[in-house]
Amino acid sequence: MSMLAAGEPRSLLADMRAGVGDIWPIMVAATPIGLLFGALCAAKGLSPAESVLMSILVFAGGAQFAAVELWTYPVPVATLVFSTLLINARHILMGASLAPKLGRFSWPQRLAGLYFLTDESWALAERRAQHSPLMPAYWFAVAALLPVAWVGSTLVGAMAGSLMGDPKQIGADFAFTALFIGLVAGFWRGSATGIVVAASGAASAVVYTLAGPPWHVLAGALCGIAAAFAVGGDKR
Amino acid sequence: MRLDPATILAILGMAVATYLTRIAGLFVAGNLRLRGRTKAAFDAIPPAVLIAVIAPSALATGWRETLAAAIAALAATRLPLLAVVGVGVAAVVALRHLV
Repeated sequence: MSMLAAGEPRSLLADMRAGVGDIWPIMVAATPIGLLFGALCAAKGLSPAESVLMSILVFAGGAQFAAVELWTYPVPVATLVFSTLLINARHILMGASLAPKLGRFSWPQRLAGLYFLTDESWALAERRAQHSPLMPAYWFAVAALLPVAWVGSTLVGAMAGSLMGDPKQIGADFAFTALFIGLVAGFWRGSATGIVVAASGAASAVVYTLAGPPWHVLAGALCGIAAAFAVGGDKR
Repeated sequence: MRLDPATILAILGMAVATYLTRIAGLFVAGNLRLRGRTKAAFDAIPPAVLIAVIAPSALATGWRETLAAAIAALAATRLPLLAVVGVGVAAVVALRHLV
């Protein structure tokens, strides 16, 4: 934010306000998901402190849910790290597409700012960059607020989790599935996306049945991407 | 307040792996020129990964979960994100209790 000249306070404030305006609906959406995450952690035997630590340090919902699903004792550290790397590999490409739009960021701002890269903040930043330069004030408003909802709801969920009983009874185990279906709708680009979804879903379900986690994530992702590569070229 | 060493190690490993994926794009950006099929493959990454993560729950658990996923997908064509979650969860609860 220090990069802004003294004569631009109005745009600094406007950028911050735009960031807050864009992120709050996502904070509302993330809160029940964070509650669910905390509750599932409690069901797997993680303490509230451990659950909160994961939400602060990893701060990536998909990878965190996958990790909790894979969690056993003794802790399969290598499997958890590998699964996380696999699920978050998309960040590399998201960061690469965002990198040319970070011209107004100093290097420390880039390295600190990208700690908060998520599907949601990435989508907001890409949308923002289509009509105005991406400013640190906008990014850090988005970045600072989403973890408040995510970490806070994780803590509440982890502490309340043991009181909720069986998460299956209230369908909470299915919330993540429904959430991801809703997220995919946000990436929909017509029938090409339908082919990606079909290829990824079929490959993942088959590999999950035959080989188990975390291979289904790799197989599904690769088949979906390959399907897009196969059908995507001639449309452009 | 319990902190298990193996758990902390796993969380730290996950955190480092995640942060590296987040900043790696800064260093490969110059070499990525995406268009045509490559661009289509790039655009497919988020939906492909998201679907790959949930496919076991949606397709390999039981017909109730598969039907609830289809209902959630239908809801996703019309409703905002949180409503999709609500519809999906309500559908799976109804199917598990009533059928």
